Amino acid sequence: MKLPLLKSKNDATDIGRRQFLKSGAAMVTVTLAPGVTVMAYGGAAAAQANPATRWGLLIDVNKCAKDCTACVSACSNENGWQDTGNPATDAQWIRKVELRNPQTGLEQSLAVMCQHCENPPCVDVCPTGASFKRPDGIVLVDKHICIGCRYCMMACPYKARSFIHEPVTDQKPHAPRGKGTVEGCTLCVHRVDEGQQPACVDACNTTGNGAMIFGDLNDPESEIAIQLATYASSAIRSDLGLNPGVRYQNL
Amino acid sequence: MAKTVFSEVKSTPQFWGVMVVFAAFIGGAAMSILYIEHYGHIVTGMNNQIVWGLPHVFAIFLIVAASGALNVASIGSVFGKADYKPASRLSSVLALALLMGGLAALVLDLGRADRLIIAMTKYNFRSIFAWNVLLYTGFMGVVAVYLYTQMARGIPALWLRAAGTAAFIWRLALTTGTGSIFGWLVARSAYDAAIMAPLFIAMSFSFGLAMFMLVSTCTKRLTGQGFDDALRLRMARLLGVFAAVVLYFTAVQHLSNLYVAQHWAVVKFILLNGGIYTQLFWIGQVVLGGIVPMAILFHPTLATRTRPLMAAVLLVILGGFAQIYVIVVGGQAFPLEIFPGLEVSSSFFDGEINAYTPSIYEWSMGFGALALTFIITGVAMKFLRILPENNS
Repeated sequence: MKLPLLKSKNDATDIGRRQFLKSGAAMVTVTLAPGVTVMAYGGAAAAQANPATRWGLLIDVNKCAKDCTACVSACSNENGWQDTGNPATDAQWIRKVELRNPQTGLEQSLAVMCQHCENPPCVDVCPTGASFKRPDGIVLVDKHICIGCRYCMMACPYKARSFIHEPVTDQKPHAPRGKGTVEGCTLCVHRVDEGQQPACVDACNTTGNGAMIFGDLNDPESEIAIQLATYASSAIRSDLGLNPGVRYQNL
Repeated sequence: MAKTVFSEVKSTPQFWGVMVVFAAFIGGAAMSILYIEHYGHIVTGMNNQIVWGLPHVFAIFLIVAASGALNVASIGSVFGKADYKPASRLSSVLALALLMGGLAALVLDLGRADRLIIAMTKYNFRSIFAWNVLLYTGFMGVVAVYLYTQMARGIPALWLRAAGTAAFIWRLALTTGTGSIFGWLVARSAYDAAIMAPLFIAMSFSFGLAMFMLVSTCTKRLTGQGFDDALRLRMARLLGVFAAVVLYFTAVQHLSNLYVAQHWAVVKFILLNGGIYTQLFWIGQVVLGGIVPMAILFHPTLATRTRPLMAAVLLVILGGFAQIYVIVVGGQAFPLEIFPGLEVSSSFFDGEINAYTPSIYEWSMGFGALALTFIITGVAMKFLRILPENNS
């Protein structure tokens, strides 16, 4: 698979001017349409999300151990959602799912979160446009215009979203939450915009089993693109044609 | 044919007594809504598995019935059945009232009902939900114009027919939109079927006519004003046909799924081993909501008597609620098939049949929406010339 090169060689020399123009464009957008860019996530950074990038995750199911929840704990700590003792209503941005093949008896364990689809049903169905996809492929909820109708939760094939059923306290400044709105994995967009990896990936690499790779699916030099080009991988419910940004190996 | 004289209903103590009861239900619903608003949806039976619950069942029933209630007027002015014309004003008013009741339940259950203005000002036109917002508000406008052409003096018959035709087309679009809210959910095996749109249209014909017959019969009892028995019998036979059509579309819906191996699990869940949902389907929808009322409505003498007829009408309505409950809640109770063919478990209820017990607040909201429908209809009948004074 030959992926197109996305940046010309002399991009570096233009970067200063480009950044200046982009920030100018973002400012204008803020002024014209506050609801659009006063996004709960990323702010000006979100407006500058690079459309040439497609952020994604690759999860090796063979390395994802059944008893390991490092990614789940890291996400909870990073984004401030937690177990309040009400499992039916508590939010879960990422969860470990145990699989068993009834024909063969094979048991597997894997992390499931928002799959950051290229064609996200949650974005299609959202009446107000609160569910949206950034140009770099990250699917988010604009907390300012989410009316809490939960249609996205009906539409998501991955059960990736949670509705906030109770008042929330001690929120993280970078991960705003609000009673009566819907939320889900942000791919740690606040970290990604600062050049870091999502918290789950960091945790998986340090205290987990190194089962997760984060990177730009569109950059053929990136480790994730090389892995995907070299080894077989799959997407959950690939039959739906949503082209998720989260891929699995050995599933 | 003699000219029909319309008048406002008389102020009888019974009429106002009933209105006070409805007002009490609305008061209860208002308190429930404020309670949910304050504490969050944690106080309801809804959760991250069953995200739409009883308020949605009531809302969808009322919205679907709204478009169906308008059929009585359409039969008169679009399809030219003169016998139905005295009923056209109540038909239009009831359609508006049912829609308002349904929308009230729908929007007041939003997580952020205070942001309703956002739903009115920001549209994602890829969303059938957003289209429905336009279809609902448009329906109000079109039916209001239609009602005006029915009630104003000196309106040419052509205009009445044009307004009636527009309203009829609009109502078909509206119910198509409501059905498509479910029909276009590709990920859920209980939905994801184009038949949801025509099924919802059939449901609207049946539930809407049943609601019309319920309201007009009760009003006649309370105020003495209403329609003659010949018209009521014609409506009864028509309701029988509509109830049969609903059963037909339901049968096609499930038979189609039975043909597709990947849908066997969900069909088995609804039809065979889904507990409350299976019971509601067979006993609630099919037997009590379909076969029994059809037996009454097509019976040569039973359908002419008020009590059996009202029993049939109430059974159609209760069967309608059962059907929508099975569609909305039953469809979510069946687990999302994220990994088809594999056994799945997690801390997030993956692979489990999801439980739902509606709270008193949800019941209160639902009955409040019904009461709102009836009170709007009652107030309209009190202040506008909706009902015929006599049938001479």
